[in-house]
Amino acid sequence: MKNISLAHGGGGEEMNELLDGIFKIFNNDILNAANDAAILGNIAFSTDSFVLNPIFLDDEINIGKLCVCGSINDILMVGAKPKYLSLAFILEEGFKIKKLNKILQSIQKECFKAGVLVVCGDTKVVPKGKGDEIYINTTALGEIIAKKETKNIKAGLSVLVSGDIGRHGASVLIKRNQLEADIKSDCKILNKEVLELLENNVKVIAMRDATRGGLSAVLNEWAKQSGNDFLIFEEKIIIQDEVLGLCELFGYEAYELANEGTFVLCVEKEDEQKALEILRKYNKNANIIGEVLKEKASRVILQNSFGAKRFLEVPKGELLPRIC
Amino acid sequence: MNLIDEFRDKQSILALKKLIEKEIKNPINIMEICGGHTHSIMKYALPSILPKEINFIHGPGCPVCVMPRNRIDIAIKLASMKDNIFCTLGDLLRVPGSDFSLIDLRAKGADIRALYSPLEILEIAKENPNKNIIFFAIGFETTTPMSALLLEKVIELNLKNIFFHINHITVPAPIEAIMDDENVQINAFLGPSHVSVITGFEIYKPIAAKHKTPIAVSGFEPVDIMESILNIVRQSNKGTFEVYNQYKRAVSKKGNIKAQNLVAKYFEPCDFEFRGLGVIKNGGLKLREEFGDFDASKQFDCMVLSKNENKACICGKILRGLAKPYDCKVFAKACTPRNPIGSCMVSSEGACAAYYRYSKVNV
Repeated sequence: MKNISLAHGGGGEEMNELLDGIFKIFNNDILNAANDAAILGNIAFSTDSFVLNPIFLDDEINIGKLCVCGSINDILMVGAKPKYLSLAFILEEGFKIKKLNKILQSIQKECFKAGVLVVCGDTKVVPKGKGDEIYINTTALGEIIAKKETKNIKAGLSVLVSGDIGRHGASVLIKRNQLEADIKSDCKILNKEVLELLENNVKVIAMRDATRGGLSAVLNEWAKQSGNDFLIFEEKIIIQDEVLGLCELFGYEAYELANEGTFVLCVEKEDEQKALEILRKYNKNANIIGEVLKEKASRVILQNSFGAKRFLEVPKGELLPRIC
Repeated sequence: MNLIDEFRDKQSILALKKLIEKEIKNPINIMEICGGHTHSIMKYALPSILPKEINFIHGPGCPVCVMPRNRIDIAIKLASMKDNIFCTLGDLLRVPGSDFSLIDLRAKGADIRALYSPLEILEIAKENPNKNIIFFAIGFETTTPMSALLLEKVIELNLKNIFFHINHITVPAPIEAIMDDENVQINAFLGPSHVSVITGFEIYKPIAAKHKTPIAVSGFEPVDIMESILNIVRQSNKGTFEVYNQYKRAVSKKGNIKAQNLVAKYFEPCDFEFRGLGVIKNGGLKLREEFGDFDASKQFDCMVLSKNENKACICGKILRGLAKPYDCKVFAKACTPRNPIGSCMVSSEGACAAYYRYSKVNV
């Protein structure tokens, strides 16, 4: 690795190499826990930067909504209630105030829904051509209600996903390539379903929102961290027909496409139905998709409907469309 | 039920599996010409449910895999030139040239773009009137009509800053070349259906007859492939060698005549060097003489000196069906999708990439 490539931002193997390689100089127990948010006593703390091209996906979803959902969901994933948010903007010279206003209104709306206050911020402007319209960095703080840590993943747990997968990544591709398809990003704050799971004492062991690298990245990270194999039943994973069609067209795996309002959970087997009932109140496509096996080989095994098995690999490289 | 579900249906797959098991009498080596089939076969783990008598052999049908290093080096040279915007399709960007890949060059600041459709070039050219837009065209019969259509539009719109480097190749020529190799032991072929959508399924008739091999023009879904295998098994039992059109939902006898005419208007056959197979007579296409003004190979200095391929890499043997990816010493060790030595590991259609991705260890 001599230079940074686009693949280093993809949430897959290259990014892991970056984190396990040069970023390891920051080595400490809190960072090494590799949860979606750092756990500092009863405080959850998370930061994220957002780049999106195009910055408006539709009337409702834009980089503003995305930056709030991304950070708040990270806080929720460690079993905390999000409370405060910081916002830092890097704006490109010439960026329209009207667009900025629309983005800020989306931010305000999502923060209001989540009961989160924007408490500090920063704005920088770079010369025309030195940025991509707008970059946003957010940092979120929350209060731990029932701590969830990925280090507690063990054999026998059920694996659930809170909805159908791949819609955010697919909606960006559709918009970017000016295609027409009925695909709407899943971008949303997950506060209601997560807090309901926590308040009902459902035995959730770990949670992670399946953003860059998608479902495949989350499962592979968990398999690596726990050392356990994961057995996933392909037919239990729900993918919208249009998303599947787009994947067929471009040669992508829906499992690797980003989600922005879908999370993966490891739950004690005895509570899997209870968890599913709650999740389905918010998304009918939530499902129990597999289990954590005893075998310690860190593999994600995907079993298809007719019983054949293959590995679900860690996403690699930059997504490029196939040739034919 | 939709068009995808129907062709991934569990009951249909299991019923076809039973029939194949019941009817198979002799071992059959089936070459899947197209890398897309290799990926489907591995993705759905079909070898794990089929009888051991069915042996899949990967063929030369991946346009990236068969592109010789010299042409990658030419692409890199064109992309390096000042004032050029280099455009191509998909994962050609990852293939290593003699020193580096197009993706490495892009990281150094070259304007290199991966297209979803060649027609995107029209917009790029309009937005960049002071730049030369180079379209490095690649692919089999499936993608050639799109290149021809782009050229037609370029002429219609009188755009002067778009140039074509043509690397289009044809399917029947390398198949003939493989079958003429006496070491090759192939009993049947899976023919790529998307190619036949353009060409019609009859293009394979001479190969099936000359080499006495059944050919099933097959779709890419598991039900399609299983049905094609059943047909091959039946033909093998009967001793027939016909071209079976499994993909009736889109493939006709004569294909898409309009697309064929468009291709013939702008391109003519030429000899083409296939990686691992050598120069194949009439294996590729080039721009017709009268369109020389649009020909990047004539308008730019495309002379390059390429280094030899890595000796450890056996992509050539794999493409001829004489070895499996596992037989290669560097497979999944020095050669991985992230650090490919050979293009079979690079391309999303490549055999090594398929074997690496889906089955590098037995589950």
